[in-house]
Amino acid sequence: MTTSVLFDHPGPRARRRNALWSAAFALAVVAALWWVLATLGGKHELDSAKWHPFATADVWRNFLLPGLLGTVKAAALSMVFALPLGVLLALGRLSDHAWLRWPATVVVEFFRAIPVLLLMFFAQAFYFTYTQVGSDSRPLFAVVTGLVLYNASVLCEIFRAGVLSLSRGQGEAAMAIGMRKGQMMRFVLLPQAVTMMLPAVISQLVVVLKDTALGGQLVGYVDLMRQANTLTANFSNSVATYTVIALLYVALNFLLSVLAGRLERWIRVRRGARPPRVGVPLPGGLAEGAAPGGANGPAGAEVAR
Amino acid sequence: MNFSFLSGGRYDLFGAFWVTVQLTFFAGVGSLVWGTILAGMRVSPVPLMRGFGTVYVNVFRNTPLTLIIVAMSVVVSNKLGLVLANRASFTFITDNNFRLAVLGFVVYTSTFVCEAVRSGINTVPPGQAEAARALGLRFSQVLRIVVLPQALRSVVGPLASVLIALTKNTTIASTIGVGEAALLMSEMTENESNALVSVFTLFALGFLVLTLPTGLLLGWLARRVAVRR
Repeated sequence: MTTSVLFDHPGPRARRRNALWSAAFALAVVAALWWVLATLGGKHELDSAKWHPFATADVWRNFLLPGLLGTVKAAALSMVFALPLGVLLALGRLSDHAWLRWPATVVVEFFRAIPVLLLMFFAQAFYFTYTQVGSDSRPLFAVVTGLVLYNASVLCEIFRAGVLSLSRGQGEAAMAIGMRKGQMMRFVLLPQAVTMMLPAVISQLVVVLKDTALGGQLVGYVDLMRQANTLTANFSNSVATYTVIALLYVALNFLLSVLAGRLERWIRVRRGARPPRVGVPLPGGLAEGAAPGGANGPAGAEVAR
Repeated sequence: MNFSFLSGGRYDLFGAFWVTVQLTFFAGVGSLVWGTILAGMRVSPVPLMRGFGTVYVNVFRNTPLTLIIVAMSVVVSNKLGLVLANRASFTFITDNNFRLAVLGFVVYTSTFVCEAVRSGINTVPPGQAEAARALGLRFSQVLRIVVLPQALRSVVGPLASVLIALTKNTTIASTIGVGEAALLMSEMTENESNALVSVFTLFALGFLVLTLPTGLLLGWLARRVAVRR
């Protein structure tokens, strides 16, 4: 039992009341599950024939693993292009020159304000009409283009927040030993900002992974989501297929989220205990461990999507 | 730029964006309510509810929204038989898919609302809840009367980003054929390939008009209602 300031330590009556609530809640959940399983069973969706394909090596070799590979490939490519672009945009937005700052700001705000799907649709039609990109690779190009444009803007904001959150002494000390602005950024501010924002970057990777599914469903890119359609068409086992696919996505993203959380705690410990920000559990706080990046913390961009 | 395709009334641009607005509105209200309930569960004294809240949030936050929306139609509606519109109606398929999409958005977006509200609960000084308990209030009263009103005021900013993300995410409803902006755009990029950039500009502007004022308005509201400590 975690201690919380929201309720008293339970006495005998509170314990009985809690047990009653637990029982009622468990009953409701079990009833709902029972209804779902009974309905699905009645439609023969739970027959072993429909689930058996996922126990065969063929399905994994021909559908699930290639799909997973497609998903990871699109996400990794997007991140590889978006990271340097994000750094460049952040440098632009932090620049002292208005002619650099303003265009960077407009680009970032524009691509953050419009849906990734529109970017993907546009990129696909654009490659079709104006370039020689073949029809095999066009979906991948479209998905990666859309994701890079959007995520570079989000990463820019993450890096910028990181640089702005450093104490002013860092920049002043760099100036004092005679560094130029470029050197100060390169050797002092950016390395610290990137390290500190690493958890937010990994959280963004989760967003990218989830968004690749958009390309599978609507742009025709062969990823895990696309394979769901193929599998359902072959085995007519939509319930089984979507359950397995969802579990794969959840497992992958959950691992990344855990990694991000670990990294965040590790960095916080390494940098020494800092005053708690929003989203960081207060000492004796009201709830145990909140999400990384609450209110206007530097990781706030993670909230989107 | 060539906008000649707009004449002749071939495309119902405002109709499409109106569907986007409606999707955002209903899903936003639903997510706010269900997300706050989830946050309440996650901080409640009943271990089972806490566990349910944690599992729910971690599962649905890590599932692609595209998958949730498709499953809403293929699994929840077709297999579980959840029908949200009158079958006899002429607009049955449209209505049903619209409502299924709203439900799917609520399932997904509420996890982000829950986490935002929970981090808001963390910003309320412990003394507030302690004082409420000292007065003899029960958990539900502490939460409803003392903590949540203060917590919600401090998370208007994060909730605004969730709302903007939701506005953009409604484009995914096109997966199950809801006639919102993205579906119209994909149709137009196919038909008007000679005016591609104009089509994209038009839809990008539409979303800028929806998201930028929302951000500004709620940013102003966030500063206004923030609890000064």
